[in-house]
Amino acid sequence: MNAESGIDVVLLAMFAGAIRVSTPFLFVSLGECLTEKSGRINLGLEGTLVFGAMAAYAISYQTGSPWLGVLAAGCGGALFGAFHGYVCKLPKVNDIAIGIAMMLFGTGLAFFLGKPYIQPSAPHLPSLDLGWWSSNSSVKSALEVNPLFFVGAALAVVLWWAFRNTRYGLIVRMTGDSAPAALAMGYSVNWVRFIATTIGGFSAGVGGAFLSLYYPGAWSEGLSSGQGLMAVALVIFARWNPLTCFAAALLFGAAGALGPSLQSVGITQGYYFFNAAPYVLTLFIMIVSSSPKRSLKGAPAELSITK
Amino acid sequence: MTVTSDTKVAVLPEVAGGDWTRRLGRSAEAILIPAFAIVASALIFSIFLLLLNQSPVEFFSLLWRGGFGTSFSWQNSLVRASPLIFTGLCVAVPARLGMVIIGGEGALVLGGFVAATIAIPFIGWGSPFVVMPLMAAAAIATGAVWIGFVGVLRHYRGVNETIASLLLYYIAVAIMNFFVEGVLRDPSDPNKPSTPQIGDANMVGNIPGIDVHWGLVAGIVLAIAIWLLMNRTKFGFAARITGGNVRAARAQGLPVGRLIVTSCAIAGACAGFAGYFEVAAIQGRANASLAAGYGFTGILVAFLAKQNPLAVIPVSIFLGGIAAAGGLVERRMGLPDATVQVLQGLMFVVLLVSDTLYGRFAIFRGKAGSR
Repeated sequence: MNAESGIDVVLLAMFAGAIRVSTPFLFVSLGECLTEKSGRINLGLEGTLVFGAMAAYAISYQTGSPWLGVLAAGCGGALFGAFHGYVCKLPKVNDIAIGIAMMLFGTGLAFFLGKPYIQPSAPHLPSLDLGWWSSNSSVKSALEVNPLFFVGAALAVVLWWAFRNTRYGLIVRMTGDSAPAALAMGYSVNWVRFIATTIGGFSAGVGGAFLSLYYPGAWSEGLSSGQGLMAVALVIFARWNPLTCFAAALLFGAAGALGPSLQSVGITQGYYFFNAAPYVLTLFIMIVSSSPKRSLKGAPAELSITK
Repeated sequence: MTVTSDTKVAVLPEVAGGDWTRRLGRSAEAILIPAFAIVASALIFSIFLLLLNQSPVEFFSLLWRGGFGTSFSWQNSLVRASPLIFTGLCVAVPARLGMVIIGGEGALVLGGFVAATIAIPFIGWGSPFVVMPLMAAAAIATGAVWIGFVGVLRHYRGVNETIASLLLYYIAVAIMNFFVEGVLRDPSDPNKPSTPQIGDANMVGNIPGIDVHWGLVAGIVLAIAIWLLMNRTKFGFAARITGGNVRAARAQGLPVGRLIVTSCAIAGACAGFAGYFEVAAIQGRANASLAAGYGFTGILVAFLAKQNPLAVIPVSIFLGGIAAAGGLVERRMGLPDATVQVLQGLMFVVLLVSDTLYGRFAIFRGKAGSR
């Protein structure tokens, strides 16, 4: 009985964690999905995520409005994305290397500007209480869901629908699959990719805002620790499909919640190993889902990472 | 498609212009453009400092004094340059095969940790002549396996090496923390979870005359050896062909898989060796301080050096100087401790953007008559 309730607690905590932890994954991976669909890869989203977290926290603290913080994070992320999008169109500039540089620059700048905001506490994003029907307090706390989660879920559906059914979706997919075809149709490949990278950066910035303004809910330098990069791997695993991105983000969220959940029932042995679970899972998934011989199903043909 | 025909047109007249002038022009280009990028990023950083009401003149003069102004600061810079040479090589070697490996920090951390661990049973009685080579070999082997695994994944599973190597960095840190805070924790130090001290007898000493450990010499020797390997041997030639065009390499019957895995293993061995010196010459034990960011600065080192193993040496000293002076400048001017990180990140971005300048200036092409 006791062991059973322990498992219940862990499962509930993992379910709650899946919803909580998955949100930044969701936003980063949707942004990256859009960018990669247009045929370019932005590895710098890790930096964008950290910078977004810092910007959101700082603005929320200064203005008292967390939603303004989210907007600021998005705009900061869009700036990073726009820079990446612009620079990569120059000849001989490698998008992967620029991504790595932007990752280091973004985190550095966030640490620099965020130094004064490590101590003070900023107003957080409110959450929706969906557990009103339950008397169990842990169920209640598990069902306190942030509205951004639903925004992300809706965004996934909209993106999925737009890729299939709209003119803009078609243009983005065509640019990603064959730049000459897009050129022949009279679209500017660089412009499409610039827009896609900018919007992708915006989305990643919003993901960062969730980190600092909701869960874990404070700005610190170890806030992201690779989540932006895992989200890039997640897009490959999700085969560039926004709906699969959503499912994969939930899976990653659950894996990320494994360590803290086990700790909540008193299992502290191997805490570091369980905390490494998301990284191991990502690596495992990449090993299983990649192939050296054929190109991946759904992969944009222009993408340098799968060539 | 258009790109290849463009380059062909551009290359042909160059050959006619004479081989040595072309070579000279190209190396001048490879030095001047990164130098220009450094100056440009310093200018952008100055504007950034001005916006924060800080004096760029004070910043850069302090940076110079703290990094290279006195013999003491030179020693400090050289101590920091030593791991950067190794981690820079860890990026530069696979880059010759067209791979971008950014997880050298993981091989450094794990290499240092394994070196410190393997010394534990010998602490107090083992002869340094046995323990020291054993530690070094363990660190090198660990690093080689760690990054070699990335090469295996890349070749046999098609897993992207950039992402895989960074994920392995987080896993490496988790493995070290797990043991350092658990079974291998030194009970005599309650403050910082660490492995036991390896003992003074097993520490690497300093180069006679200066306060810099032997890791610097090892790094320089290794950089030269790797330059010879990549530029003067059959292996290096095959690796460069593979990096240039995998299909052509396959058609020539080159063992592409073996080349990829071997290069990654060499890269990892370099980073693991850095971990050994961090433990055996600086820390004396393994703990969280091993992940000091040398692996990540090594990426910048390799890119600034244009992936040339010889150029890695001066670039490492340059960036080691900036890192050594960073603490002083930040304290003196009251700047946050991420200031150097911002400067490095900026340098990296500007450097990569400056890649677009290659081949734009006729003067570097070495054609007779053109200016």
